[in-house]
Amino acid sequence: MHAPAVSTNPASLDDLAVGESGVLSSIDLPEGDANRLMELGFLPGARITAARSAPGGDPRVFRVDGTEFALRRDTARKLRVEAGKEGAP
Amino acid sequence: MSGLHGCEGCPVAALPITGATPRLVALVGPPNSGKSTLFNRLTGLRQKVANFPGVTVEQRRGRARLEGNHREVVLIDLPGVYSLIPRSEDERVTRDVLAGEMAGTPKPDAVLLILDSTNLNRHLVLAAPVLSLGLPTLVVLNMADELADRGGAVDPEALATRLGVPVALVSASRGEGLEMVREFLSGAVGLPPSLDLPVLADIPKCRQWAVAMGDKAGYSQPAPPVWTRRLDAVFLHPVAGPLIFLAVVVAVFQTIFSAARPLMDAVDHAVSASGAWLSAVLPASALKSLLIEGVWGGVGSVVIFLPQILLLFLFIGLLEDSGYLARAALIADRTMRKAGLQGKSFLPLLSAYACAVPAVLAARTIENKRDRIATILIAPFMTCSARLPVYTLIIAAFLPERPLLGPFLGTRAAAMLGLYVLGFVAAFGTARLLKSSVLKSDGAPFLLEMPPYRRPTLRQIALRMYDRAKIFLRRAGTVILGVAVVLWILAHLPLSGGKMPEIANSVAGTIGRLIEPFVRPLGFDWRIGIGIVMSLAAREVIVGTLGTLYGMDPKAGSEGLQAALRHDLTPGGAVALLVFFAFAMQCLSTVAVVRRETGGWKWPAVQFAYMGLLAYSGAFIANRLVTLFLG
Ligand SMILES: Nc1nc2c(ncn2[C@@H]2O[C@H](COP(=O)(O)OP(=O)(O)OP(=O)(O)O)[C@@H](O)[C@H]2O)c(=O)[nH]1
Ligand SMILES: [Mg+2]
Repeated sequence: MHAPAVSTNPASLDDLAVGESGVLSSIDLPEGDANRLMELGFLPGARITAARSAPGGDPRVFRVDGTEFALRRDTARKLRVEAGKEGAP
Repeated sequence: MSGLHGCEGCPVAALPITGATPRLVALVGPPNSGKSTLFNRLTGLRQKVANFPGVTVEQRRGRARLEGNHREVVLIDLPGVYSLIPRSEDERVTRDVLAGEMAGTPKPDAVLLILDSTNLNRHLVLAAPVLSLGLPTLVVLNMADELADRGGAVDPEALATRLGVPVALVSASRGEGLEMVREFLSGAVGLPPSLDLPVLADIPKCRQWAVAMGDKAGYSQPAPPVWTRRLDAVFLHPVAGPLIFLAVVVAVFQTIFSAARPLMDAVDHAVSASGAWLSAVLPASALKSLLIEGVWGGVGSVVIFLPQILLLFLFIGLLEDSGYLARAALIADRTMRKAGLQGKSFLPLLSAYACAVPAVLAARTIENKRDRIATILIAPFMTCSARLPVYTLIIAAFLPERPLLGPFLGTRAAAMLGLYVLGFVAAFGTARLLKSSVLKSDGAPFLLEMPPYRRPTLRQIALRMYDRAKIFLRRAGTVILGVAVVLWILAHLPLSGGKMPEIANSVAGTIGRLIEPFVRPLGFDWRIGIGIVMSLAAREVIVGTLGTLYGMDPKAGSEGLQAALRHDLTPGGAVALLVFFAFAMQCLSTVAVVRRETGGWKWPAVQFAYMGLLAYSGAFIANRLVTLFLG
């Protein structure tokens, strides 16, 4: 497996192309929703890779820490990422 | 392997091994970590297991089968949780049981914390809140087989030392490493640890703690599941994915029809041969008539459908155990969104194809209350397995079999598929209606864990089909038999001069004539009317009822149920009957479970009335249209 490419300048998870990864910086969601995402590993500082999406492009699947989760694109847009920096493995 | 991996120096005490009350041990863990698999191993029960998160939504207790002489141990299987702060009804069950706040369930004495060892960094986070409960705990690292296969490793002893509680590395599905679990249950108990746990509200801190614990226990994460990635490349492919989805659906229907046929014919043959034999050897009496007309005619005509129902469950089992279902939910999310719901509602709705009762329960996994109610309200529209006998009977009686797509799809399977679509469309429309009015909501974001694909095991599937067969036959032996006997009695009363009346003059006939004006506009006669009333108890009862009623008719009895129906029912009436059964909520168990899950009579009453109205008007229109077209 090759190392995931790093997106040039993504703003949110939804901007990551398939195979690209980014480091999560913040979650713009109500506290309860954000906490659930964090419990699943969507923590600030975590490296998240975009995997396949459903046929039609929505929802998308993201890989964090070896597990894949499906999120709708409008949710994925609320998860901000910064590219390039080394994230937690 | 034997002996608990206790931590050096941390106290291990043996609790008194006898006592009046059983020791209550709760199985806690994240969804899909194998809690129910372990529960089944330890108790010998058959709690439902499947490869997607959110299978168990209720607590289920069972006595552990342990060797030796000691206090009785009762295990509680619980719904999976990501933390002890519940966001949905199923998660609340787990929290309440652990807090000792669940009515009827005392606070557990100990905990088995079941974690997926292939996902340890994430799953170990749950150890912090669970250990802080202060109960004796055994940490069970499950899926040891998968961990080893994919080249990961962990040292349970080192982890035990760090956590201060014993740790076992097991494979619940293979039954490996369970000695330690049994030993824990039989009495050796790690005392509650006094450990430096992270502040629970600080999720990043908890995560750091978990990763640090894993590191110190020499945890090396397994390689990504290669096959899962490969299969997803196909099943989630933009073009191939939906095509495969369709192909799977078509294959299921065609098989249910064509492959089940020889088996059904065999059962049919056995039923009629034994009936004929019985009627030859028994002397003429009321008992004989009851046996032949009531039991053989009523129950026999339902039992014929057993092979078909088992085949349906075979397919459902394969889909659920392989992990494809989670992908199907992903593909379906777009459609669900158009109905105002989300992909998570799709999983309960899919299980409604088996039966609406577990589907209504499974809706507990939906976080948003209004989404949950909407899902409960539309679940009975999905074509449950009890409708299968009714559909099959009518379709086989009225529609000649002809190939449509070569050998892949015949007319009958296509008609069946059409009825499933009809139910889905009704569900979809109703959801839209509800979600754009009374049950409007923003909803929690759609969030679904994709489990790795797993190979369904023959044992698992076989056991499920066996359980299904038992349930089906038990129903045939209780509800359907009961209704058949009552009906037979009603059809032979009142006695006049010691002789049984003509059926038209019997109590059943009189009741039938009372019902007939109401069902006439739909194209039904009094027999179907009685069948519909009786099938309020359960849908497949109508098949048994018609079997009994026609079995008593000397004219119809000899030609068989299908021929008799063709004789009595116009094509318009046949289509109307199908539409009626597609829409009507004829199932008391569903009404009861909806009342329980929504906490009152309001929603089940609304649902029953709405579905009844839809069924009646739908059947009326269908009868008119078909009659119009066919002259
Ligand atoms: N390879 C492997 N698979 C396992 C093992 N234990 C369970 N499974 C599989 O994991 C999946 C989930 O098992 P369940 O027992 O339903 O999990 P659960 O924790 O009860 O899940 P929920 O009720 O949804 O919380 C099923 O497909 C099991 O066959 C194991 O030790 N090894
Ligand atoms: Mg379970």
